[in-house]
Amino acid sequence: MELVVFVLAAAMILVGAIGVIVRSNPVHAALSLILTLFGVAVMFVAQNAHFLAAVQVIVYAGAIVVLFLFVIMLLGVDRSEDLSSEPFKVQRPLAAIVGLGVIGLVVAAVVSSRDAISVRGTGLNVADTLGDGDTNIKQLARSVFGDYVVAFEVTSVLLVVAVVGTVLLTRRVKGSGKDT
Amino acid sequence: MSSLAAATPTTTWYLILAAVLFGIGAVGVLVRRNPLVMFMCIELMLNAVNLSFVALAEKMGDIGGQTTVFFVMVVAAAEVVVGLGIIVSIMRRRPGVTADDVSALRG
Repeated sequence: MELVVFVLAAAMILVGAIGVIVRSNPVHAALSLILTLFGVAVMFVAQNAHFLAAVQVIVYAGAIVVLFLFVIMLLGVDRSEDLSSEPFKVQRPLAAIVGLGVIGLVVAAVVSSRDAISVRGTGLNVADTLGDGDTNIKQLARSVFGDYVVAFEVTSVLLVVAVVGTVLLTRRVKGSGKDT
Repeated sequence: MSSLAAATPTTTWYLILAAVLFGIGAVGVLVRRNPLVMFMCIELMLNAVNLSFVALAEKMGDIGGQTTVFFVMVVAAAEVVVGLGIIVSIMRRRPGVTADDVSALRG
């Protein structure tokens, strides 16, 4: 059963990821990205990260991809681009070599060190053992608002800076008809 | 067949899948010229890293991995907001621009 879930979610992730890089229409690429993000959410559930799976669907598949689609429509780039012409001839072979090299190196590192990964922490209290549905959320909340509360506060500053920066960046100066 | 059905995916499988996803995202950033699609490929790479964090959090029994993924998601959201803002302001001035055309860092 776990194997079936893994294979199906892995197929979703890989098909979506390849769709993002080969579809010539940016809208199709964004929809492929949704497929990948849902596959990752399924993987999160399979790995007992229930809260993160919910956040993945709501924030990534919901907010971020909608933002992408919104910008695509706003800029009017929702038509196919020509992917057959390549001004810089060696770019694609080089990119393939870099991609295969990254995959090969990381896979080699993972396979060679697969026995070195051992249990070190206090253990994830999954719902099955305690019979409580929201242990994952409780544990995560204790971590975020306990051990990492300073990082959490800094994150809120980051969000404010990002919003103010974006407003300043895309604002038009009234009267001059010129972007800032 | 029975051994195949009994096989459960180990952490190594998840890490290999994350590596493949990261590689696809990296190739996408290198190959595509539309800045929006390049941005989506960066999201692919971030998700690959998140997947490996969650797999290792499960394996090592440490909730810190999931906490890290939480912060990565917040930073990714902020990054998308700023990046799309930059792309909108560039595209408004020069419609149909690709990543190659804005190699010089000036208007």
